[in-house]
Amino acid sequence: MTSTALRSRAWQLLEMVTTPLLPSDYLDLFSPLRAGADLRGRIEAVHAETPDAATIVIRPGKGWRGHVAGQYVRIGVDVDGVRLWRAYSVTSPTNRQDGRITITVKAIPDGKVSNHLVRHAKPGTVIQLDQATGEFVLPKTKPAKVLYLTAGSGITPVMGMLRDAQLEDVVMVHSAPRKQDVIFRNDLHDLVADKSLRLVELHTDTDGMLDVARLHELVPDWAERETWACGPTGMLDAAEAHWAANGIAERLHTERFRPTIVVAGDGGEVTFGTTGKTVDADGATPLLDVGEAAGVLMPSGCRMGICFGCSTPLKAGAVRDLRTGEITEAEPGVLVQTCVSAAAGPCELER
Amino acid sequence: MPAAAGAVEIDLWEQRMTTTERLTECDIDDFGRELDRIRDEVTAARGENDARYIRRVIAVQRGLEAGGRALLFVSVLPPAWLVGTAALATAKILENMEIGHNVLHGQWDWMCDPKIHSTTWEWDFATPAKAWQHSHNFVHHTYTNVLGKDRDIGYSALRIHPEQPWHPVYLAQPFYNVALAMFFEWGITIYDVELERAWRGEKSWREALTELRGVLGKAGRQVIKDYVAFPLLSGPSFLTTLLANLTANTIRNVWTHTIIFCGHFPDGTVVFTEDQLDGESRGEWYLRQLAGSANIDGGALFHLMTGNLSHQIEHHLFPDLPSNRYAEIAPRVRALCERFGLPYATGPLLQQTASVWKRVLRLALPGQGGHQAAQ
Repeated sequence: MTSTALRSRAWQLLEMVTTPLLPSDYLDLFSPLRAGADLRGRIEAVHAETPDAATIVIRPGKGWRGHVAGQYVRIGVDVDGVRLWRAYSVTSPTNRQDGRITITVKAIPDGKVSNHLVRHAKPGTVIQLDQATGEFVLPKTKPAKVLYLTAGSGITPVMGMLRDAQLEDVVMVHSAPRKQDVIFRNDLHDLVADKSLRLVELHTDTDGMLDVARLHELVPDWAERETWACGPTGMLDAAEAHWAANGIAERLHTERFRPTIVVAGDGGEVTFGTTGKTVDADGATPLLDVGEAAGVLMPSGCRMGICFGCSTPLKAGAVRDLRTGEITEAEPGVLVQTCVSAAAGPCELER
Repeated sequence: MPAAAGAVEIDLWEQRMTTTERLTECDIDDFGRELDRIRDEVTAARGENDARYIRRVIAVQRGLEAGGRALLFVSVLPPAWLVGTAALATAKILENMEIGHNVLHGQWDWMCDPKIHSTTWEWDFATPAKAWQHSHNFVHHTYTNVLGKDRDIGYSALRIHPEQPWHPVYLAQPFYNVALAMFFEWGITIYDVELERAWRGEKSWREALTELRGVLGKAGRQVIKDYVAFPLLSGPSFLTTLLANLTANTIRNVWTHTIIFCGHFPDGTVVFTEDQLDGESRGEWYLRQLAGSANIDGGALFHLMTGNLSHQIEHHLFPDLPSNRYAEIAPRVRALCERFGLPYATGPLLQQTASVWKRVLRLALPGQGGHQAAQ
């Protein structure tokens, strides 16, 4: 018998004595980061970046497969006893010696997870992790000239890129309300002193908002640059329009943190199949949030309508896509993305 | 109380009310609203401490089970047998009552932790969680103490309320209740398959057999673990470990049977007829849960070991609130009952158990057992 077969036989025996639990239910109690466990991480330190942003140093479990600069990671954190999942960009370089990763979080108003992480996260806490994912990354062949267009916490994926790869010619246009709100300000100025970055730092409280149409005044050769942009919806929409108008849409890569919600309608009573729970939902709250608030174990992913990790069969009724207002009605085989769909009248989801 | 024909029992119950005035429909609505308020308050207050509580209970239970079973590897030594068996019995009681029963009620679903959730939990009990959830969460908790509807095991196997018609088979009930206590796990397992409903044509045999297969699979794994795998692993302690596991399971069986029977059968609890359910308001539903349940007095450790079913009244009013909160709301529920002049059945374990057994013995014989005829 091969050693793998032997090991799987031994594992079966172990399952026989731990039934109805699994051996991992016992091992998890004292070794939550071991190989073979569900992927978790341990918070090792929390460093304040600005008055409302902090970098969280995480030691990932043995199963962590690494990330590509610019990608995000989903983390599950218990806030007031409730497991909540959010996605954050990885801000540490891929070759960090101690194997730790960092995420940098800005507390947003009413943001349960972001406020918890920035103000209450404690070293030693075990959190749930998912493997890094995301398409907002540099290509294999590094472009000669790069522009990073960022605002607010949109700097986080770009910081991961800046720390990771030395590029020949990098310009960054970054906006934040005030000087003290600029996350990674010292790191950026170190790079500038190093001559590895040209930085245009805009303080919008005094300088006014960036007018993307006048970007050429700040970066004359912007159109020649491969551009990565991340920030508020308004800025990204303007950038996409501007690049498209100049016929170079393919040179712009954007990352959005939140879906753009344009349409809300009347809600309805939502039934969740696996638990049989029924709850009233309004027409603006994503069904994913409705289910989680009712204690339903909902599959979830990016929470912005991109990854389809939350797709669930719609068994009855109708839902509205919050981004487009489009109505989807239940039919056999119809899946809906619960993170960007709200009830449009009574409806039933498989789970 | 609206004068429904099926409300005979509740009329009797209300005769024991401390005030001379009957509750009006308005009072019942008020009573319901007050209970809803307690429920909302607890729901809003659930948080980190509650989560820490259940995780700690789970960790302690797993530690006790692992430690107990490890000791039993050398169970030929009497002290190891004694301590190991005690640890294992305690672990099994905690697992079934404070953890399994309550997790399967969805009391911890709000944490959204897939490891502690009513849809994923499987317990250390012969009957599979899903089968039990149907018969218990739905049938028993919806139709609490409604004769002919509540399939909770006591009602079908025993004559426990004088309203149940007598049959000669009940002459044997004192004996088979002892047997049921000892083999409680198996009694529930066989009972949950509802073979008699297939017999009566209320469900298909195919459905019943599929369920039976599921039950046999689960039960088989349980038997192999306790009566084959661990004894074999104990080597020279094979027999003593086998005996220890049998003892731990039996202690758990007798204990759960005792606690559960104290929940609905002592004096002070009443049964209902089906027409009680017609157009039942929320307040009336609460009243039925209160009237059909009884608490057991005791300290914190006792409550823990009963899975907080010693707060059976609070559990039946709010089946999906976290069990660690029952002790805190019990005085408020009791005060509310006093305010509305409603009886609140409770007593120490010995008294409640004696009361149950008195009924089991007396109602084995025909007649009403000293109770007023219902009409």
